[in-house]
Amino acid sequence: MTTKLFGEPVRRREDQRLITGKGRYLDDIGHTALAAAFVRSPHAHARITDIDVDEALDVEGLVAIYTYEDLTGPMAEPLPVLIPHPQLHAPRTGFPLANGEVNHVGEPVVMVVATDRYVAEDACDRIVVSYEELPVVVGVDAARAAEHAVHEEIPDNVAARHHQETGDVEPALAAAPRTLSFTQYIERSACMPMEGKGVHAKWDADDSSLRVYTSTQASTSVRAAIAAKLKLSLDKVEVIAPDVGGGFGVKIVHPWPEELLVPLAAINLGREVKWAEDRREHFIGSAHERQQRQEITVGYDDDGRITALDVHIWHDNGAYTPYGIIVPIVTATQLVGPYALPVYRVVVESVFTNTVIVTPYRGAGRPQGCYAMERTMDRIADDLGLDRAVVRERNLIQADQFPYDHRLTFQDGRPVIYDSGDYPGLLDKLRTLVGWSEAEHLRADAAERGKLLGVGMALYVEGTGPGPYEGGHVQVLGSGKVLVSTGLTSQGQGHETAFAQIVASELGVPIEDVEVTTGDTRRFGYAVGTFASRAAVMSGNAIALAARGVREKALRIAADVLEAAPEDLEIDAGLVQVKGVPGTSIPLRTVAVLSNPLRYAFDEAAKQATQFAKAGDDDKPPVAVGDAPGLEHRDYYSPIRSTFASGAHAAIVEIDPATWEIDVVKYAVVHDCGNVVNPMIVEGQVHGGVAQGVGGALYERMAYDADGQLQNASFMDFLMPYASEVPNIDIDHQQTPSPLNPLGIKGAGEAGVIPGTAAIASAIEDAVGRRIASMPISPTELYDLVRDPSSERTATAARREAGAMA
Amino acid sequence: MTDTERTITVTVNGVPREATVPVRRLLSDALRHDLGLTGTHVGCEHGVCGACTVIVDGDPVRSCLMLAVQVDGSEVRTVEGLAREDHQGGQVLHPVQEAFRECHALQCGFCTPGFLMTIAAGLEERDNSVELTEEDVDDMVGGNLCRCTGYANIKKAVHHAAAAMRDA
Repeated sequence: MTTKLFGEPVRRREDQRLITGKGRYLDDIGHTALAAAFVRSPHAHARITDIDVDEALDVEGLVAIYTYEDLTGPMAEPLPVLIPHPQLHAPRTGFPLANGEVNHVGEPVVMVVATDRYVAEDACDRIVVSYEELPVVVGVDAARAAEHAVHEEIPDNVAARHHQETGDVEPALAAAPRTLSFTQYIERSACMPMEGKGVHAKWDADDSSLRVYTSTQASTSVRAAIAAKLKLSLDKVEVIAPDVGGGFGVKIVHPWPEELLVPLAAINLGREVKWAEDRREHFIGSAHERQQRQEITVGYDDDGRITALDVHIWHDNGAYTPYGIIVPIVTATQLVGPYALPVYRVVVESVFTNTVIVTPYRGAGRPQGCYAMERTMDRIADDLGLDRAVVRERNLIQADQFPYDHRLTFQDGRPVIYDSGDYPGLLDKLRTLVGWSEAEHLRADAAERGKLLGVGMALYVEGTGPGPYEGGHVQVLGSGKVLVSTGLTSQGQGHETAFAQIVASELGVPIEDVEVTTGDTRRFGYAVGTFASRAAVMSGNAIALAARGVREKALRIAADVLEAAPEDLEIDAGLVQVKGVPGTSIPLRTVAVLSNPLRYAFDEAAKQATQFAKAGDDDKPPVAVGDAPGLEHRDYYSPIRSTFASGAHAAIVEIDPATWEIDVVKYAVVHDCGNVVNPMIVEGQVHGGVAQGVGGALYERMAYDADGQLQNASFMDFLMPYASEVPNIDIDHQQTPSPLNPLGIKGAGEAGVIPGTAAIASAIEDAVGRRIASMPISPTELYDLVRDPSSERTATAARREAGAMA
Repeated sequence: MTDTERTITVTVNGVPREATVPVRRLLSDALRHDLGLTGTHVGCEHGVCGACTVIVDGDPVRSCLMLAVQVDGSEVRTVEGLAREDHQGGQVLHPVQEAFRECHALQCGFCTPGFLMTIAAGLEERDNSVELTEEDVDDMVGGNLCRCTGYANIKKAVHHAAAAMRDA
């Protein structure tokens, strides 16, 4: 059949508009809108003593100035704690505009609305805010030391103490044949989508209704938040995510202050108002992720099998906790990876600092968890003189152990029970793909060229597609067009294509007839959002179920017309036909017309459904009891728990001992996300994730100074990989379908980024023979490390040296 | 027109346009907001990401680093002018556009116009009968940032487009 497109590398339908400049991103909307700009705090921690706007009032083109004093009702209250948790004992959120105190550089203090952005920024420049500076807490160690408090009433700076354990870890460690303990760090990076955030709001005073466009990953929830904060009825608020120029997590947080303030101004002024975040604002006013201090103790036997693992993590959550403790929970629960750990205890202390908030960035705590676990594996191998792959292999959950219950509670409140997988299979494929057994030859070759070569690997399991639910709506029009909608949003993942493939396959229609809309509350009001590699799993399955509902109804109606039993019918290429009887068919578009009994013939096609066109049964109503007019169906997919995708990465690095430049010469990925809707799109997701993984391992960090000033808040100084920094990536696939959902799919969005830091750290350590315990690492830091006489040498390096001398 | 404004005449995508702009208006903003050509995107406003790249008098430039008044009398090509009309009301995509779609060289699409203009300028000025090396491709795209694709498919698209232009 021509319409079975599930699993095919179908070229993307969104591309036509995006390659011709016809995309519609936030700042492309609202040509005549007023522009908002913000005065943001220049201090990391301060009391506001005065805001003087007098000088700004003379700026020609100024329309309005808002400070906290102008906010009333719910807008004057703190922003919501989006995901409350019992272990988040001291949540704190900011206000839409600072209420007397600022807790990080970049916190919005004043909003200015003017005729254009240039003028709005002129006015911002003339507003004088006086501050009384307070002591600043930067970095997880300073927060932990708690010499100063970010929030006065929380003297220990601890927002949450998240704790899970699967057994009695202390006796297990005491009984372990061997133990080792170590501490390691991982730094802050950030999503950095190429398009910053942005909001456009238009108030229709006659209709008392508000339309908001926002560059978001969660339009339905932004809508609910705006309605609640601005005291509007939900039915009077529409929120639409237009084309979104990347998200990677930062746009799942909501409502951002600007998402409330711009609509507020639009309502107050009766004018369209728009704000488009600039790059500096994005650095200091959005969100970061990743900084943790990890204290790890592991017990294991002489073969390298882990008997107990005890992890204490200090997690920097920044100034506020609007997204709860999702990132710490994800680290705590995904840390275990593909391994069977007899006893595991984890405590994450989530601490406040006077820096930008920490909320999910692609991977959302998983890269840190993977770093903790995989570096533990490396340490065990080093201690025992075993191959790092062998130690991993001995600890893997076996393919016959599914479903595998880790006895942990995941970020969705559900148990961490792995649905399916084949981790030994991943490891085998990885060893082959990267040439693991050739490492010593490669090392010798590189040495002859004067280079230090190292290999490293890292495995991960990724909980994807968490609930609670997503929905899908499929409707066949009389024209034959198939309209599909789902509430979650798109930021480049190709949902229009993947969801159209699913509908074309399920319904038996040409993909050209399918039109997909995402993230538009006018079309679909119930949704959660796009995060945690969930769109394909959640909306993909919901849409498949909706398409199946349409198919069933179409067959029922067509069966009547064709005088056949529904089970004898099939739909192919948009035609409903009797199986094996060519010629006895009815176009699906005609079925759609007939599904809606009409009084009025508004066009030619509609005539067929009017009341005198066809004799009905006088004893039955035109629309059967329990039925509805129209060929459409709405359905929802709500999983009992997450699906668990998995993968294994390996990196080969070459280091030049003259410059200590680190070159990733080979990067291998084995990836398993269950059944694949579109392999081209999945591979693209892996490529992009790996690039961010390499960036996080070698280049990207948020360089805060002790005063809480972000020293590298520009693309000049914050080093994201260009094409020259991303290695070629070799990919191999494995497919273990998920038994949990109708399509058997698992998510793929975050996979590529998760093991990058762990694998590259391992490779660098292997190359230089010095312990790498802080990532990312720059050439300068590596140079400092290897020439520092007190830096720890690995046992492997000592063995190699002894072997070379022997 | 006030004393801080100027009227400029500029040929954009082959069409003479006139605009009265404040002298401080960036070319990127003038294209987007004064001329309504929103295909040119602004990613950093400091000339590093390359999303706003357009072709001015034949050379790719960062339109966020130029003032609109600087292009008075110039010819500007933007992503909207990359495809050509087919005289039947449709469009023929530029080989680079075709290649981006074929090779899945874009995801969110925000950086894409900048890449397209950079690569179009690069390939149009070179002799495509000479084989492109990996280094050539790295040089061509090495100044533009993409956060989605990891560049692998963008590089593939450059080769694809070069081959198409050679065979054309």
